[in-house]
Order: sequence, then C-alpha cells, then structure tokens
Amino acid sequence: MLDLEFMRLAFAAGAVVGLVAPVVGFFLVQRQMSLVGDGIGHVAFAGVAAGYLLGVSPVWTALAAAILGAVVIEWLRAYRRAAGDQALALVFYTGIAGGVVLISAAGALNANLFTYLFGSILTVTRRDLLTIVLLGSAALALVAVSLRALLAVSIDEEGARVAGLPVPVLNGVVSLLAALTVGISMRIVGILLIAALMVLPVIAAQRVAWSLRSAMGLSVAIGLASVLAGLTVSYYGNLPPGGSIVLTATGFFLAASVLELAHRRA
Amino acid sequence: MPVAVEFEHVDFSYLRGRPVLRDVELAVAAGEFVAVAGPNGGGKTTLLRLALGLERPAGGTVRLFGEPAHRFSNRPSLGYLAQRTHLGVQAPATVREVVAAGRAARRPFGRLRAEDRSAIDEAMERVGLEGLAGRPLTRLSGGQQQRAFIAKALAAEPRLLALDEPTTGVDVEAQEALAELLGRLHGELGVTILYVSHEFGAIEGVVQRLVLVRERIVFDGAPDALPALWHDPSHAHA
Repeated sequence: MLDLEFMRLAFAAGAVVGLVAPVVGFFLVQRQMSLVGDGIGHVAFAGVAAGYLLGVSPVWTALAAAILGAVVIEWLRAYRRAAGDQALALVFYTGIAGGVVLISAAGALNANLFTYLFGSILTVTRRDLLTIVLLGSAALALVAVSLRALLAVSIDEEGARVAGLPVPVLNGVVSLLAALTVGISMRIVGILLIAALMVLPVIAAQRVAWSLRSAMGLSVAIGLASVLAGLTVSYYGNLPPGGSIVLTATGFFLAASVLELAHRRA
Repeated sequence: MPVAVEFEHVDFSYLRGRPVLRDVELAVAAGEFVAVAGPNGGGKTTLLRLALGLERPAGGTVRLFGEPAHRFSNRPSLGYLAQRTHLGVQAPATVREVVAAGRAARRPFGRLRAEDRSAIDEAMERVGLEGLAGRPLTRLSGGQQQRAFIAKALAAEPRLLALDEPTTGVDVEAQEALAELLGRLHGELGVTILYVSHEFGAIEGVVQRLVLVRERIVFDGAPDALPALWHDPSHAHA
C-alpha cells in the first residue's frame, strides 16, 4: 500500500489532519459548539463552488469561505444577534444553498465535486500536502501558544473576562482554527464529514479521560488512529476515505463508552 | 486608607424606565470585607458587575482602585466567583487544572514559571485542597468544588475578591465552612472582599460591614447594627 505515491501522500496529509482536527475540536466541544465545524464545512462547500465558477483552485476559495463563515458565526454569537444554534443554522443553510446555486451556475455538478464533499485518497498532491503541513503546523503552533488562555476561557468565561483575558479575540481564534481545519481536511475527509473528525475523537476521549490534559492527548491519539485506520480500510475496501475514517472514530467512541460503563460498574 | 471600590451617584437600568439601581453611593476601603445583600432583583448582582466594570453605569461614576471600573488597568488582580460556579468544560478538569486557570490572566502565554506554580500550590493549600489536586472536580462535593473555585481566584493573588451568590446550591454546613474560610483568608491576606448574597446569615459573623440593596442602598453598617426585622428569617443560623 505504501509503495504507492498517492497513498504515502494521503497518509502524510491524513496524519496532519488526524492531529489538528481533535485539538481544535477539543475547544469547540468544551464551548458546546460541536456543530460549528459542520456549519463552517457547509460554507466551505459554497467556497468550492465559487472556485469552480471563477476557475481558481477550490481549496483556496473554500478556505476563504470557511474563514468568512467562522467570522460570521462568532460575530453573531458574541454580539448576541442570534443564539448559538440560530447563528449556526443561518450560516449552515445559507452556505449549502449558496453552494448549490453556484455549483449549478458553474455546471460542475459532477464526480469531481464528490471528492471535496466526501474526501478522496487519490486527489492529494505534493502541493496539497505542503499546504496542509504548513497550515496544520500554524494551527498547532497557535494552540500551543495560547493553550492556557484558551483553557481558562473554556473553564470559566466570565471569570476570564473579569481578569482581563481578551475573550472575544480568543473565541475568534477558536473559530479561525476551525475554519483552517476545514480547509486542510477537505481533501482527506471531505467537507461534509470533517466536523465529525473534530468532535468524535474528543467525546470518545472524554469518556475515559481523567484530566483535561489526558482528554486532549487521548483525543489526538484517537483522531490519528481513526485517520490512519480509516485510510487503510478505504484503500483495501475501495471505499470513500471520509466515511471510513468517521466510522472508525465512531467505533472508538463506542469502545470508550463500553470502557466507561465497565469502569463505573467496577 | 485607599478606596478599593467607589460608587458616586450611580444609576443603572437594563431597560429604559425600569431602574435597577438609583443614586447609589458606596465606598469600600482596601482590605475591607463587605457583604452586599438584598432581595432577588434588588440590584446586588448588578452592583457587583458595575464594580467589576462588566457593566457601565447610566449615570454617575464607578471607580476601582481609583480608575474608572470599565477601564481598570490591572484586571489580573481581580478574583471573581460567578453565580452558580460550574465548570465550563465537559472534559474532566482536575482541581489543579481549574486552579491554574486562575493564573492564566497573569501569564496567558508561554510556560508557567516557578512563581506561578508556587501561587497555584499555595492557593490550593489555603483552601485545604492540596491533597486532591489531581482529582477531577466533578468527583468532589459541592463545598469542595466551591473551594476549588475560590483557590482559582486566589491563584491570581487578587487585590479584590468578588463573590456572587457563592452559597447557591450548597448546604448549611458548606455555607458555614465557606464563611469560616473567607474570614480566615481575609485575616491572612488582607484582601478586599465583596460578597454578594441574598442570604447573609452564615457570613454575618465574619464580615465587617453589611450593605443592603433594594434599588438604593437601604442599610450600610456593621452587621450587629442591622435592625432585627431585616435579618434573613430563612437562615437557621441568623
């Protein structure tokens, strides 16, 4: 399997995605904004469609649209223009509707579109890998630098505000990270399933973790294992990688739930 | 003695024509331990939020250590316990992780230094939770969780400790233990404490001053000067 260049590229890109998605998802889950990744993913779909229409790389237009969607969601949430789930619904439906209209206008309703929606291990190029590594490293570096402040806001947002932490900026950082994650993950997992890779490893890890630090570490381990196992299954089973990866993560969640239950009964 | 919190003719309302506070005059000296009490909806939490600069007055001025409260420059020196303290995270945060979050404003980026770790350890020791540092907060009793949040506030080495309804949802024993703890911390650290609660029975013995708020300040003095009629009849230990 690893004799093939496209599989090596897919595994390398997948490893970065498997690391970054749960780290970013950790903060979304703690803020009870687990579906934000989904909302941003749907806006990214409109970005892909815009790329086809404009004749530029859909990866970059999707990333730009994802960042715009993240900014809008956070702005609506922060300034209480709409409750968290309403802000999400607004962006979610506008994104998918805009995407459908644009993709139709571009005449791009074809199989190639599906590689963005559900991921494809055949489509990762060396150039994609470089972009994924650079943006993924930037996302991880941003989390590493602001980890303590991000955790403090997650633990007690009002207390953090009183103590002078830049809460709106830090919330914006989380949204920006979610947009970056969607952007770098769509070649592997696909726009419609990336949110699952941000959330499932985290909620699985929380079932068996004993501290915040262990929850984050286990989330990354589960995310990475889901991507690598999912890609292997995808290769041998000739299945879409996004679905295989997410179903593997679901398997980890079920296993963690059984472990938690056994621990409680013991 | 320098003034920690100062209200001058402060008016405030969330909705036009429905004042929450009117013409409030209050000065809390640095190092004072003051309980702010009153009925639900009487404006005591709003008063605390104004003092911390979380709200801006419609009229008058609020100062924190001599600066306008909403532009206070030394925010990391404020320790705050919100109403109904609960973990904002779903993951199992340990006592140490929660207390360390209180140090984040002093050192938001980069590695914790020895002085930060020492402040965190000392805060846990002061509330008697040093032996439970590695335990998830969700496995502690309500009273212990409350002490962990107080330790979180102490980790910032605060000049002002503000507590909003800290006795909500805890039993009478835990309320008394909290009062004893706050009295001890006040004596040891000399920190200014603003304690807001609708019931003040447990705290009455340790505060120096009691302020009753009902849109205006209707009483301001030593707890033993409070007319008997105004004592909270719901508290068994009044």
